[in-house]
Amino acid sequence: MLRIGSGAGFSGDRIEPAETLVKHANLDYLVLECLAERTIALAQQRKRADDNEGYDPLLEKRMKKLLPLAVENNVRLITNMGAANPVGAAQKTLEIAKLLDIPCKIAAVTGDDVLDDIDLKSPALENNVSISDYDSIVSANAYLGADAIIPALETDANIIITGRVADPSLFLAPQMYHFNWGADEYEKLGQGLVTGHLLECSSQVSGGYFADGYRKKVENLNNIGFPFATIDSDGSSVISKVEGTGGVIDLRTVKEQLIYEIHDPKAYMTPDAIVDFTGVHLEETRKDQVKVTNGSGKERPKTLKVSVGYHAGFLGEGEISYAGSHALEKAEMAEEVLKEHLVPDITDLRVDFIGLSSVHRTSFSEVVPYEIRLRAAGYHQSKEKAKLIGEEVEALYLNGPAAGGGARKKVSESIGVLSTFIEREKVTAQVHLKEWKREKEGGEGN
Amino acid sequence: MEARERRGRGQLKLFEVAHSRAGDKGDIVNLSLIPYEETDYDWLREKVTPEAVKNHLQDIIKGDVVRYELPNINAFNFVCYQSLLGGVTTSLAMDTHGKTLSSALLEMEIE
Repeated sequence: MLRIGSGAGFSGDRIEPAETLVKHANLDYLVLECLAERTIALAQQRKRADDNEGYDPLLEKRMKKLLPLAVENNVRLITNMGAANPVGAAQKTLEIAKLLDIPCKIAAVTGDDVLDDIDLKSPALENNVSISDYDSIVSANAYLGADAIIPALETDANIIITGRVADPSLFLAPQMYHFNWGADEYEKLGQGLVTGHLLECSSQVSGGYFADGYRKKVENLNNIGFPFATIDSDGSSVISKVEGTGGVIDLRTVKEQLIYEIHDPKAYMTPDAIVDFTGVHLEETRKDQVKVTNGSGKERPKTLKVSVGYHAGFLGEGEISYAGSHALEKAEMAEEVLKEHLVPDITDLRVDFIGLSSVHRTSFSEVVPYEIRLRAAGYHQSKEKAKLIGEEVEALYLNGPAAGGGARKKVSESIGVLSTFIEREKVTAQVHLKEWKREKEGGEGN
Repeated sequence: MEARERRGRGQLKLFEVAHSRAGDKGDIVNLSLIPYEETDYDWLREKVTPEAVKNHLQDIIKGDVVRYELPNINAFNFVCYQSLLGGVTTSLAMDTHGKTLSSALLEMEIE
């Protein structure tokens, strides 16, 4: 039996539920998944400004809480918080270990940065435009698989820090290592990746991103428990959470997470196997426990997916509110004024009415809200031009329509992301070890 | 009256009989559709066709809709192309990920 917990499902996730898991779930491993599509490109920019930077902004905060608990409870941490700088993240973690005087070993896994190795003539998956047509590429990171992490697990490192690794592969690696599965045992790998897919978004499987006030009632949402899996040597797993925490794990929550962010359920692409979800069997075995069996897989793809970050210009935004019985009419007048003033420069100007049509571009029910917040947004390669959007919204104050209030404006640099592929042979993962020992035991390693 | 008993007796909205979660990859959104009662799977399979979803979400989905069936868990996956105004990283939408689009699907009326 093997027990793996999910301690974070995104960079901004809560920290306390991970502490609860390490203390009370009798874990072997805690995995913290903290990278999104674009985060690594933003991290590359930070690294470019400062060589020691480029790892997850919350790394220090998370490690200060979790490192002492993990070492004390003999739980190994696996995380992609290295982002654009896994070695820098390991160095920072070493400094925390030193500060807290906790002897430990840290392994950094590198090799995902393929900016110098990608074929710029290759077409982007999204639009078939060649990558070289984008003149300001900032990053290119390949999605590594479990095989990149296993050499780090073979050391006695307490903490393993990676950059870009496919999310479910972070969870597959300890299963392959613990059960000694071969890299070609695709059926087991497929089931192991299904378990990883269910865990990778923390409380999305334990009732968090599930709760509503209608038919999906969830108890104690303010103290939601993060999930862990108890896994057998054939890969079959039971998803559950620590007793006494909030949330719910049942067929409904597991089904929602199983289908989350997948396309063809017969062919979910990962670096380790092409996963087949169509045989997966789910069974509620106890309160807040679901048994997952029969996931499967086929031979892994010959190429690895690469996320390419590029400068996409500047996003300008402005907002202003109107209220009362004629709020909508006034907002519509404001929209006309903005279009007249901005469209020559901002060709893709978008105007949303928050409270009416801003998230679904339309409204599925006939209501006229008492208040409307107008939001205008658009891109421009020039920061000065992008600023015009917020400035024109602000100018509505005196120039009308009447009674607009609470104007806000913002400009932010935008990093776009494209996808392409790279041959596996061009990508080599490496492990870098760092160790902190108490001085009388022999001093600091590197 | 329970939603299931109202089948065939007039319109009801999908949220009364099923739940959904949206996920994004680039400019593609995927919407799961999971009946609360597993026995409603065949009924929903007949009613919630890819064409019906495309029609219901015509202001959102600019590309194709592909429906995948998962009879093993009595659920569906609708993969909707060109639905996020370009995708999370450069979208001008308020909800760049399209996280709220599951609620839009559940507003669909069926008989």
